[in-house]
Amino acid sequence: MTLTRRKFLKAAATSALSVMAVPCISQGFELEGRMSLGPKALKARRWAMVVDMNKCRDDCADDCLIACHEIHNVPYIPKAEHEVMWLFLEPYENAFPERSHRFLSKRVREKEFFLMCNHCEDPPCARVCPTQATFKREKDGIVMIDYHRCIGCRFCMAACPYGSRSFNFRDPRPFIKKINPEFPTRRRGVVEKCNFCQELLEVGRMPACVEACKEGVLTFGDLEDPTSAVRTLLSEKPHIRRKPDLGTGPSVFYIV
Amino acid sequence: MLEKVFHGGKGYWVWVLALAAGVGIGLMAYLYQLREGMWVTGMSRDVSWGFYISQFTFLVGVAASVLMVVLPLYLHDFKAFARITALSQFLAVGTLLMSLLFIFSDVGMPMRILNVPLNPTPHSMLFYDTVFLPGFMVINLIIGWTAIGAEKREVPLQWWVKGLIYLSMPWAVVMHTVTAFIYAGTPGRGFWMTAIMAPRFLVTAFAAGPALLIILCTAIKTLTHFVVTERAIQKLVTIMLYALIIDAFFLGVEYFTVFYADIPEYTETFQYLFLGIDGDCALVPWTWCMNLALLVAIGLLVIPGARSNRPVLIAACIIALIGLWIDKGYVLVPAAFIPNVFGRIMEYPPSWVELTISLGIYALGTLIITALYKVVISVKEETQDL
Repeated sequence: MTLTRRKFLKAAATSALSVMAVPCISQGFELEGRMSLGPKALKARRWAMVVDMNKCRDDCADDCLIACHEIHNVPYIPKAEHEVMWLFLEPYENAFPERSHRFLSKRVREKEFFLMCNHCEDPPCARVCPTQATFKREKDGIVMIDYHRCIGCRFCMAACPYGSRSFNFRDPRPFIKKINPEFPTRRRGVVEKCNFCQELLEVGRMPACVEACKEGVLTFGDLEDPTSAVRTLLSEKPHIRRKPDLGTGPSVFYIV
Repeated sequence: MLEKVFHGGKGYWVWVLALAAGVGIGLMAYLYQLREGMWVTGMSRDVSWGFYISQFTFLVGVAASVLMVVLPLYLHDFKAFARITALSQFLAVGTLLMSLLFIFSDVGMPMRILNVPLNPTPHSMLFYDTVFLPGFMVINLIIGWTAIGAEKREVPLQWWVKGLIYLSMPWAVVMHTVTAFIYAGTPGRGFWMTAIMAPRFLVTAFAAGPALLIILCTAIKTLTHFVVTERAIQKLVTIMLYALIIDAFFLGVEYFTVFYADIPEYTETFQYLFLGIDGDCALVPWTWCMNLALLVAIGLLVIPGARSNRPVLIAACIIALIGLWIDKGYVLVPAAFIPNVFGRIMEYPPSWVELTISLGIYALGTLIITALYKVVISVKEETQDL
């Protein structure tokens, strides 16, 4: 086969067009994403949470959990094996098993810590998901789940080293006390977890748990902004993260 | 050739009907799981993978072992294997079908399973399994079927079939390696986090496949006029024996690294497996059985007199298969979740629903293998010199 000038020009034009089409199409998607944000939306390059455990009082520790679970239609499943949890409490020795040892005082060992999705910088759950139903939003670092795409293979649950993910072993709807019509309910067979209240950030509100806590335990802000409240706290006080040696880069910090 | 499936004696039809009944029971259990949700299984938020994913892992290995028949025949011209290649390839077809059905039974949203090919995700190891498993199944079905057809018509194998055979060799290795990568690539599960996982997957596969083939060949010999030569059987024994010894070595290396370095993240699960933790010891008898079975099978097979005695050989094969099945098909998957990420022990027993569905899938796979073997044996009986 000989390459005529006509054929060459045709091929060149087609390739040039297709190369140009890629950025056009992707720009279109980006534009769509930007347009969906309201004028009041809170923006950050990487959202992060600082939990100051010194301020946390045991008698109201459930307030933020209830606020979170109510607003997100998280079902209350009585059987612990099938529980769905977005925000939950674990004693220090279970939240930080690799840091726990027998010489710790009983008070520290049994102190209940707030746990949630760490919205990792390099999330293993998103890496292993075979459908990209779990993905990290590049614009603000929130790790999200597309409940309509998830096939419920639970690979993400095996990959998450923090136990932050829950699978809907049964239909969650009968187990929701009062359905919040502002947020979708999920269905049986998909995985779910904390979403850093992405839906509240879009309308200019802080996450539900942060709003619910009156003691100022929870601070939420932009980790990439040196002047943000979270960065100020991190520069002032010593803090820890869960399993930092795994290199996942958790965005939730604990002041102990 | 397919018509051979429908001509059989009374025993054949009883066997087929029994398997069909098994499929029916499994299907009913699956419909129950589909209606109720995954809470009817023994899995939990702590042990989120169990019996289904274990069976998938074990069966992919059996399928990959076709390499141990094809490679000696086509690369080393070991002609005695020519008579059993089709058996080995059709065994791979059946086991891969089962593997795929086990994955299907495990997902919470089976109606969305096409989301996997619709959103190809190269950074997910499960993606590679969904490519390599069905691919290997189709390749082996084509090779086996055309080879038997060529034999029936007494013509040489087409050139493109030979090409597929050479393609299937690296394919088998890659297929089982990506299965191992599902596990070996998850941070925070110390039990799986080992580079020996993929090599061990391959050697256990190369032991389990020949063990099963020896059992099947012996059964075929007693039930039909089709005879597999002693030479082929003894070659399978050699392959199985070396694979078992290498597996024992790999296991020993793993045990040394884990226990001598003694890093809690890596030792905890092994401690749970061998001794139990705080009275929780559901997998302890299984673990000891698995290690013991491996040693007993090796012990029997290294004795020349034992391996040339067919009943003793069959016993050794069964013991080896039990050990290999416990390893990959019962312990490996759930054990990585115990203790869980919070350092708690949450045990996993498979539920009756899981076991019944699994029974149904095994019955269906056996049915497919039976039908394919029926074709092979009928053709071979016609062509061989009796």
